[in-house]
Amino acid sequence: MDLRLSEEERRFREEVCAFIDAALDPATRARMESGRLPTKEQWVAWHRTLAARGWSVPDWPKEAGGPGWDPVRRYLFREALQAAPAPQPQQFGTQMVGPVLIAFGTEAQKRRFLPRIVTLEDWWCQGFSEPEAGSDLASLRTTARLEGEHWIVTGQKTWTTLAHWADWMFALVRTDPSAAKPQEGIGFLLIDMRSPGITVRPILTIDGEHEVNEVFLDEVRVPAENMVGDPRRGWDCAKFLLSHERAGQARVGIAKERIRRLKRIAAETRSPRGRLIDDPSFRDRLAAIEVEVKALEITCLRVVAAEATRAGDRAPDPASSLLKIRGSEILQAIATLTLEAAGEGALAAPEAEPDRPSNEVPSVPDWAAMSAPLWMNWRKFSIYGGTNEIQRNIMAKAFLGL
Amino acid sequence: MEFELSEEQRLLEASLRRLLADRYGFDRRKAHARTPEGWSREVWRAFAELGVLALPFAEEEGGLGGSAVETMLVAQALGEALVLEPWLATVVLGGGFLRHGASAELRAAIVPRLAAGEVLLAFAHTERGATADPADVVTTARREDGGWRLNGRKTLVLHGDVADHLVVTARVTGAPGEERGLAAFLVPATASGLARRTLRTNDGRRAAEIVLDDVAVADDCVLGEPGEAFPLIERVVQEAIAALAAEAVGVMTLAHRLTIDYLKTRRQFGRPIGSFQVLQHRATDMLIAIEEARSMAIWAAMSLDEPDAAERRRALSAVKALIGRRGRFVAEMAVQLHGGIGLTMDYAVGHCMARLLAIDALFGNAAHHLARLADGGGLIRAA
Ligand SMILES: Cc1cc2nc3c(=O)[nH]c(=O)nc-3n(C[C@H](O)[C@H](O)[C@H](O)COP(=O)(O)OP(=O)(O)OC[C@H]3O[C@@H](n4cnc5c(N)ncnc54)[C@H](O)[C@@H]3O)c2cc1C
Repeated sequence: MDLRLSEEERRFREEVCAFIDAALDPATRARMESGRLPTKEQWVAWHRTLAARGWSVPDWPKEAGGPGWDPVRRYLFREALQAAPAPQPQQFGTQMVGPVLIAFGTEAQKRRFLPRIVTLEDWWCQGFSEPEAGSDLASLRTTARLEGEHWIVTGQKTWTTLAHWADWMFALVRTDPSAAKPQEGIGFLLIDMRSPGITVRPILTIDGEHEVNEVFLDEVRVPAENMVGDPRRGWDCAKFLLSHERAGQARVGIAKERIRRLKRIAAETRSPRGRLIDDPSFRDRLAAIEVEVKALEITCLRVVAAEATRAGDRAPDPASSLLKIRGSEILQAIATLTLEAAGEGALAAPEAEPDRPSNEVPSVPDWAAMSAPLWMNWRKFSIYGGTNEIQRNIMAKAFLGL
Repeated sequence: MEFELSEEQRLLEASLRRLLADRYGFDRRKAHARTPEGWSREVWRAFAELGVLALPFAEEEGGLGGSAVETMLVAQALGEALVLEPWLATVVLGGGFLRHGASAELRAAIVPRLAAGEVLLAFAHTERGATADPADVVTTARREDGGWRLNGRKTLVLHGDVADHLVVTARVTGAPGEERGLAAFLVPATASGLARRTLRTNDGRRAAEIVLDDVAVADDCVLGEPGEAFPLIERVVQEAIAALAAEAVGVMTLAHRLTIDYLKTRRQFGRPIGSFQVLQHRATDMLIAIEEARSMAIWAAMSLDEPDAAERRRALSAVKALIGRRGRFVAEMAVQLHGGIGLTMDYAVGHCMARLLAIDALFGNAAHHLARLADGGGLIRAA
């Protein structure tokens, strides 16, 4: 067993880091460092920079337009982006609908959609959740009935991340309400967001951001050719998608980047015991988190290594639940430590955005003003993509036989 | 030992709660929050009529002579409705300086108008980059004929955007962090040389940054003893901590109530999510946390008249440390048990979370007070 990187893998990582350093726009980096989402323009520009280098779809095989990397390289690449910090290739296309199309799509669907994902010609959003179908996704009610050459879709999706930026949505829709089990009779449908009958309404989150939306579908006509796979077996696509990306769930690179940054901040921050970085209690707590990050990283590498030796097998792996649970909890613990470091500054709302400077010198440094909004925003990590309770249920069933 | 409320206390609490139930539903609150000031003058007048603003002041000065226990009851009720109005800034902080530090003439000039809802106060104390140590003040007060000149910059002055008078802390002598050499002044917001800029807070309220450029203050606006104002400042901050502890109990109670309702009504997998045992245990842990917080809020109110300053300081640090941590825990659980809806601006649970974080941040967060308590020997003496 050797979890150290080979000489080649190390060189690969250096190459990636050097590229990111040279190519990443400083304003994008500053915005990412501040903890904010990049703007759409920044995200598209960066995605295309990666595309020009052949790196915008790191998980895809060569035949589909990807670099054909093994799991270790994919992991290293993702972590390098997180460490910069740079935006990931837009995930709804590259990590969700793209792999589903590669696995389940027709040749025509692949030819039509995959190249536009590579270059982010199309921004995708994920239309799974509904008001009454969150954890219990299979109870979804949005219906699609076939009329000639079209599916007529009616219903409501919610929590749809960045739907207001999206050109397309991949959605789960009920094609056969009379199916024996709720998971049966669901289709995986590709919907043009410009279709008549679609209304996108913003949901503001408590940190003041507009990240998620409600999407209303009223008799939306979708060409029948946009159904992926068997219209009654879309659940297979959904399951494949939700557990497709394993090691990425852990977000180890983000945790490391946040800790590096927190250390820099703590060296410049006063506490009643002198500099915060010298405060023994702060140091102990930070070290404890660093230990947990290391344990998560090694666990991640074990999963990645196992994946590498099991090439071709893309069955869902309950280990992804473990990585997601610990990844979310660790990031939330880092957010708490940052919040505490901010002290009373955590009270102030951010005044200016780092890539859009204002004339006023803010009363509180941006990192401190962002500490509470980020703390609140990051609660989402234990909710979306299957809550941590649901992840534990999955593990109890898969590993414990309970 | 006496934990029961008197008849009078019960009445006050009941009428305030009735007022809030009638006038401060979450939709009304949203409308108040959207106004430029972020709160409602009309509600403020209703508080005045009810006596909420007069409560802690002496009866002979136009107050109702309420004790720390009454303040606790009010704070808890305000917390449970997520009230946005500047009660803490005006009554507890500003009012605290009037009660403990103002001359009889100054009190006579302000208290009746404050009680009537006509005067708003704010506490201009925090400075950029300062720690939560109340003596960490750089702003200076220079003696001149018949008065003082103030120079410096204050920030995160809660409701400083609307206050008519500001309680400004400043240093007459000594270095930042030294308890000797501090002074406090009541400064009209219109004083020449005083500039303010509105800030927003992460819990949707307003504050101000205040620049003092050679602001002249007359001797009759001095609060406490110039150079010896630290005990006064500390006392008022401790009263604010006690009020915040009670408010936090109210906010946590609301978050918990909403969560329990949600567990009973939200259905997934064909049954109420409250039927999942893991969620029942989480909701029970929230209840335990709230009862701990309630005990500490009561202890805070009782400790305010502890004569030994070191003892009192330790008690209030212990209270603030527990409130901060349990508040965060209850916020986390309330949001987690709600799923996505808990994170939205349109629903009250997220606002409970934002307020609980703000309460932790104010006047020293949990980490700050734990450090102070530990460095001061803790609560229990070594054997
Ligand atoms: C910021 C954000 C972005 C999102 N982006 C998207 C998106 O782009 N596309 C999309 O389709 N969805 C998205 N979601 C939706 C997300 O996947 C759901 O919020 C999530 O699945 C939980 O569903 P819910 O919010 O309805 O909570 P519920 O399912 O109602 O859960 C409420 C509580 O009950 C618990 N619970 C439920 N069932 C069980 C059980 N069997 N055992 C124990 N506990 C249980 C949950 O863990 C939770 O604590 C997003 C959500 C957020 C917050």
